[in-house]
Amino acid sequence: MSTLAPPSERLWWKEPIEKVEILWIAIALSWGIVMFIMMPYWHVVGKQNLSNEAYKTTPEAFQKKAQAMVDKYTVRTEGERQFPVVRPPAGSDIYMVARLWDWWPIFELENGKSYRLHLSSMDWQHGFSLQPANINLQVLPGYEMVVTITPNKAGEYSVVCNEYCGIGHHKMVGKIYVKE
Amino acid sequence: MATTTEFRTCPDTGLLFHKPAEKLMKANAVVAVVFLLVGGILGLLVGLTRWPAVHLLGDSDFYLTLTAHGINVLIFWIIFFEIAVLYFTSSTLLKCRLATPRMAWLGFALMLIGAVANNIAVFQGNSSVMFTSYVPMPADPLFYLSLILFAVGALIGCFVFLGTLVVARAERTYEGSIPLVTFGALTAAIIAIFTIASGAIILIPTFLWSVGLISNVDPIMYRVIWWAFGHSSQQINVAAMVAVWYAVAAVGFGAKPLSEKVSRAAFLLYILFLQLASAHHILVDPGISSTWKIFNTSYAMYLAVLASMIHGLTVPGSIEAAQRKRGFNKGLFEWLRKAPWGNPAFSGVFLSLIIFGFLGGISGVVMGTEQINLIIHNTIYVPGHFHATVAAGTTLAFMALTYWLVPVLFRRDLIMAGLAKWQPYIFGIGMSGVALFMMGAGTLGVPRRHWDIAFSGGAMTHDFPTTAYTLLGLMGVSVVLAVIGGGLFVLIIVSSLLFGKRKSMTQKSAESLIVEPVTSYQGVGIGKMVAPGTFVLALVFLTAFVLYYFVNWKYLSETWGIS
Repeated sequence: MSTLAPPSERLWWKEPIEKVEILWIAIALSWGIVMFIMMPYWHVVGKQNLSNEAYKTTPEAFQKKAQAMVDKYTVRTEGERQFPVVRPPAGSDIYMVARLWDWWPIFELENGKSYRLHLSSMDWQHGFSLQPANINLQVLPGYEMVVTITPNKAGEYSVVCNEYCGIGHHKMVGKIYVKE
Repeated sequence: MATTTEFRTCPDTGLLFHKPAEKLMKANAVVAVVFLLVGGILGLLVGLTRWPAVHLLGDSDFYLTLTAHGINVLIFWIIFFEIAVLYFTSSTLLKCRLATPRMAWLGFALMLIGAVANNIAVFQGNSSVMFTSYVPMPADPLFYLSLILFAVGALIGCFVFLGTLVVARAERTYEGSIPLVTFGALTAAIIAIFTIASGAIILIPTFLWSVGLISNVDPIMYRVIWWAFGHSSQQINVAAMVAVWYAVAAVGFGAKPLSEKVSRAAFLLYILFLQLASAHHILVDPGISSTWKIFNTSYAMYLAVLASMIHGLTVPGSIEAAQRKRGFNKGLFEWLRKAPWGNPAFSGVFLSLIIFGFLGGISGVVMGTEQINLIIHNTIYVPGHFHATVAAGTTLAFMALTYWLVPVLFRRDLIMAGLAKWQPYIFGIGMSGVALFMMGAGTLGVPRRHWDIAFSGGAMTHDFPTTAYTLLGLMGVSVVLAVIGGGLFVLIIVSSLLFGKRKSMTQKSAESLIVEPVTSYQGVGIGKMVAPGTFVLALVFLTAFVLYYFVNWKYLSETWGIS
């Protein structure tokens, strides 16, 4: 019978399976296992993996740490709003504040060097989207995420917000400069 | 036992309709189409704003419209239609009275009140929080309350469906096991109950927070539980869509499943392994371990993906086998060439299947891979993916079924039948364009839910490559095409319901509305394979899948080091 009526064979679970189905299930299942293995495999050989490092924090505590870094390593300011440009030493902890509607401060990093980037939001949820490298991370209030980033090409990068955060969302852009 | 006067037998299909159930199906289906119309118009406005050369709406109107668009089509259109499908697959297919029609009307009323109230909340302007309403961005309390009301209504619908299954079994209205299509609907209902419970668990505290009774809702907790609602609700759509595929294969071709066991097991996999779909949404969130992410997105072997790949083979496979049995047995593809391409119920389902698989399925698995998500999360690639799955896949399948329901359920002739032949193609091609061009722009980093990627007026700006603008322009053109296709659907269906020639409730129509079922697939196919053409198509699909999957690993390997 058709799919609109009860199976004609009452003991339908004892019917044989069509050959084409068995073959396809075997292929699809194998492919599923390959796709699964790719994820742990990339943790071993790949260079792009998120760390599991994150902390509970508060906007005040995070802002304080970011301010201390800015006070110590600011090399100049930019634009009408005197945005600090921070040049932290390679390997150091750097703090980027997400808030309505800025990424603060601007960083100047060295190509090929690693930095421990800390991200947290002062208010609503934001999306850290580094362009054109196209790295995208979720930034939440109350949580501090730590990722080690290693730029692989010099140039000017933008941090676009890609989590909707209200009326100024489309103006929320930050900068990271990567120098040779 | 219900009295026989409460039933009518469709003279064309032999289906037995319980009149109170029929009224409910009609009401739910009609309201669904109204919300599709509203959501579609809003979608047009969104599309015309993201088309950079047009940039129609202002910023706050854009965010408001986008919020309303998402909720109207993704929740209201789909769930109202699904409730109609639940009543059809239980009451009608099991030849049984619907359990508690009064409760079903109560559910319908709650859903309708919730849907209208939600639109009021959004259009008042202080609830432009998007479909996801991530805390701590606040919306009007009415926004959450209306969604809760809608959810309770939908939950009542699910229980009426389950109740009807119980009644049918107790009153022995059918022999043996429930039909495969009902089994698919049962899958959808079970997932729906889990989904709606998750929605309630997170929206109730969020509502209390919005009125000041709770001080704080944790954003990670919100995201994990909200997505158990937000993503699982899309799994209801998948299960319902696949059930509709099987249904159309049966009415259009008399196809029986290649084997009941495989198709039912695949539905079972959905129930067991789709549930933590929320994991896919928090792959780049703080505080969630890689082990958790890897396991919960794949369960070590992608069993839900396996289930969809099985249905993707067995539905066209059963159509192929049925066509071969009817004499189109030559070569690999005679069955497909001689398929009724001018019948919108068939072409709608076939396009739904192809677009869902090739565009929606592959992109979904790729972006749900832990590390690859880094280069896709929250870009416009994501709406590209779900326009392929929900807007093209589910919506096209439901449109296809509606073409069949107009004469069978509503007993009206389809008017503008010539136009209806073209409608699935216009909508399908348009929506494929929408999905593809969004994915293309997303690969270039274009953010989703963004009013102006030129960042005009911002203190700092970013220049996206010109290709991104071109792709968004092409997306805009595709949006217009898709909206024309969707508009034609609403026009054809609504005018058929209002002005189509009434069909006799007792006399058989001239044209056949259901194909005599094939009873056995003995002796068809090539060699020992009943559906060799479908198998070849499946291998083409697999090749595309494998290539695209590894291309994305290559993209990933080229970006900055992250550890």
